[in-house]
Amino acid sequence: MGLITELLKGLRVTGGTMWRTITGQEMVTTQYPTEMREKPQRFHGRHVLNRYPDGMEKCIGCELCAGACPADCIYVRGEDNDPEDPTSPGERFGFVYEINMLRCIFCGLCVEACPTEAITMTQLFEMSTTNRGDAIYTKDELLMDTQGRVPHMFPDDALADQAELLTADGWVRATAPSGKAAYEGVQMWQGTPGPASWDPEPSQETIDRPTETTDG
Amino acid sequence: MRWAEAGIVVLRVILVFALLLGATVINVWAERKIVADMQSRIGPKRAGPWGILQTVADGLKLFFKESVIPRKVELGMYLLAPFLAVIPAFLIFMMVPFGAPFTIAGETVILQGADLNIGLLFILAMSSLAVYAVVLAGWSSGSKYPLLGGVRATAQAISYEAAMGLAMVAVVMFTATQGDSTGTLSLAEIVALQDGTWAGIVPRWNLFPQVVAFVIFMIAIVAETNRAPFDLVEAEQEIVGGFHTEYSGMRFAMFFLAEYINIFSMSAIAATLFLGGWNGPTWEGTLPAFVSAILPTFWFLLKTYAVVFVFFWLRATLPRLRYDQLMSLGWKRLIPAGMTWIVVSAIAIGVRQFGLPWS
Repeated sequence: MGLITELLKGLRVTGGTMWRTITGQEMVTTQYPTEMREKPQRFHGRHVLNRYPDGMEKCIGCELCAGACPADCIYVRGEDNDPEDPTSPGERFGFVYEINMLRCIFCGLCVEACPTEAITMTQLFEMSTTNRGDAIYTKDELLMDTQGRVPHMFPDDALADQAELLTADGWVRATAPSGKAAYEGVQMWQGTPGPASWDPEPSQETIDRPTETTDG
Repeated sequence: MRWAEAGIVVLRVILVFALLLGATVINVWAERKIVADMQSRIGPKRAGPWGILQTVADGLKLFFKESVIPRKVELGMYLLAPFLAVIPAFLIFMMVPFGAPFTIAGETVILQGADLNIGLLFILAMSSLAVYAVVLAGWSSGSKYPLLGGVRATAQAISYEAAMGLAMVAVVMFTATQGDSTGTLSLAEIVALQDGTWAGIVPRWNLFPQVVAFVIFMIAIVAETNRAPFDLVEAEQEIVGGFHTEYSGMRFAMFFLAEYINIFSMSAIAATLFLGGWNGPTWEGTLPAFVSAILPTFWFLLKTYAVVFVFFWLRATLPRLRYDQLMSLGWKRLIPAGMTWIVVSAIAIGVRQFGLPWS
């Protein structure tokens, strides 16, 4: 008799799970390509190279990002600016800028190391390629144009979310010395025309609460 | 006249064939979907609406795949085994009436492959034959794991065949006392004897007086079709795929087909013996005639799929039995229980027919 009650107990578990799955109470799967999950605010996606609002490149070719990179995936060569027609406001500019996305671990240390906020990260994470060469992103792919548009790898893909490249990751807010009311409403970083332009620092309440609720 | 009869027979056989193949496509899909639901997953979804064409896609893929023949097989038996699996599976369902007989152009058409007067014996014989396929496939593959699967299949099939037969005996004994019957092994007559109700509410199914036989029969058919939790014959985790480890492509697909046809026909037999077969309200006169004509088949399929669902439910719930547990359940529990039940119901029937011995 005990065997039968145990059997019925087991059947109740599976039957109950089936009922909850059909009625949608327990289904955790999302239909990924057609249905995107909301990404966390501090999501680290692919990089962009920023410009100042006047169109100058922010990168000064200092190679600090390459030095900070734990995966050794960034290669930078700087070159002196032409005084008549400078590319960046500094003395030098990033002449060659390559990131090997196959090596990158998306830690964001390059973003922290950059003294001019030239390199930042976005929320785009779909970067599959059909050969290894395409995974090495050069300035052609990384640098935004003067309007703030960044080239997308799959511009024609109906399923690709083109807005991901325009969403900057929340790194600044994560490490900003916020929590002090003095920083509220202050724009912490220099503006750029596109992705990496952040709104002024909101108060801790408005940052933390919504993030917690959307994550959970 | 003779030609018309022959034509009807051919049509009936084709109908049964089509029904079984269609049911298999649905069953494979339904199993994946139901088990997925029970595990909080989604299951097949992309091919066709709700993924219903997934089985067709899988079947086509298997059809065009290479059928590898390993070097050490006993070629004749190896090639024969898949057919030995499929043919009895089809023949078993030939005995099952899946709808009320109807008259068309003066010819009475029974919705049944063939109405043998030894229907139940034929079913037992065919389900015993099916085990040859497993054993021969396991032996002829010339490989360890298939052989182990085949050996397990022999013992398992023999043990549970006995329990299944005992449960059937109890049903046959009971139906012999129903109506003006003098006892029958024909499934069509067993269905006809379950027509009507007791006291106007309870359907006159054999399930209610023979509930112990029903439980024994259900356990036995799960074991007989080598389904979880009695799937020691396949037992992926222990012996790779058991008897079909060395099969691929079409030949593997035939074993797969036979397994699912067996599930469907065994469920259909359970529905026929215990759940009243195609009996059910047809509301003749109040509903359009063609709806009333289709309803018996609908009731039959509904009952069959209720049993099929129990198969899938058990599979999603129970872990596989150990081999000695399987044997002890079969020989120490089910067969004694079946024999006891036969004695009990024989006494009950005798008392009902002839009164108490001392009165």
